[in-house]
Amino acid sequence: MAYADDTNQTSSVHMGGRVEDYLELLKPRVMQLVVFTAFVGMLVAPGGINPVIGFIAILCIAIGGGASGALNMWYEADIDAKMSRTLNRPIPSGRVTREDTLLLGLTLAGFSVATLGLATNWLAAGLLAFTIFFYAVVYTMWLKRSTPQNIVIGGAAGAFPPMIGWAAVTGTISLDAVILFMIIFLWTPPHFWALALYKKGDYEAAGIPMLPNVAGERATQNQIVIYTVLLTIAGFGPVLTGLVGWFYGVPATALGVVFSALAIRLRFAEGVEMKRRARVLFTYSLLYLFVLFVALLADVGLIRWFGVF
Amino acid sequence: MTVEQNMTEQQRADFIKRRRNRSIAIGIALAVLVAIFYAITIAKVGPDVLVRDL
Repeated sequence: MAYADDTNQTSSVHMGGRVEDYLELLKPRVMQLVVFTAFVGMLVAPGGINPVIGFIAILCIAIGGGASGALNMWYEADIDAKMSRTLNRPIPSGRVTREDTLLLGLTLAGFSVATLGLATNWLAAGLLAFTIFFYAVVYTMWLKRSTPQNIVIGGAAGAFPPMIGWAAVTGTISLDAVILFMIIFLWTPPHFWALALYKKGDYEAAGIPMLPNVAGERATQNQIVIYTVLLTIAGFGPVLTGLVGWFYGVPATALGVVFSALAIRLRFAEGVEMKRRARVLFTYSLLYLFVLFVALLADVGLIRWFGVF
Repeated sequence: MTVEQNMTEQQRADFIKRRRNRSIAIGIALAVLVAIFYAITIAKVGPDVLVRDL
């Protein structure tokens, strides 16, 4: 690798990064979502898991997610330097070298997959390996810069954690695991497109073909409505399969209807008002996923421990 | 990575501090890994860890 010899590096790079800089490469905020969804996937799966093994499995999934974050930053340092949102990441700001980032990502990926396999089973480990590969290679290297559907496909990587959690407990992938996958998979496009709508200029400057830049705002707004409606339907899926009951079904429906209503409201806005509504939708999308998964957990808990609903 | 000759005293001190912190972090990570493998072993094999055919 020639990067270590590249010129324009500040003296801090030659000193190596601080520990906090390396931790930042693991995208701790994305990790929170990964840990949370994997945790829910694990707890709602039928059958139990030894709590120690469960804790280790979650840790492995989190570290695996962190590894893909590092690999993503290793590859994307050039475009991160062009967007205000990512300008201060460790590599573009000169705190960590690309070489170090690649090594960190590969090391953590290897250890997290191997440890998950030894602790639980190799289906879960294989899914984690596939997720890292999918995010780092298929999404980051291949699709992100070449298609406006990048988010749709990249969303699949973020949708795997609950499925990995499920597989860690059961050793299989059932319809319920696929539904959990579908919920996050369908949630990701409206979530990111809402962001892209009010950060449009940023993506344009970095040359990333996000939907609003390529297909226009109207097309993006339409797509958001479509995905949100599909998400609302998928969100009801766990009730249909009998995984959960009405304690989940009622809030899931209400959350989905509100999400769809906000998406439709965004569809009929323009200019500054459109950006404001896009921001509202973005914030709501985070709340949606969190409350939905908490409701899932609460319902399964009620059924399992109290036998109600 | 080596301590470069042309660093000022200030930079050298900063470099050594960072290297030390990184070493500590790696040490902690390795200790956690050891603990994890020990925990996996106990959780999977349990008390049977002492039962074995000779």
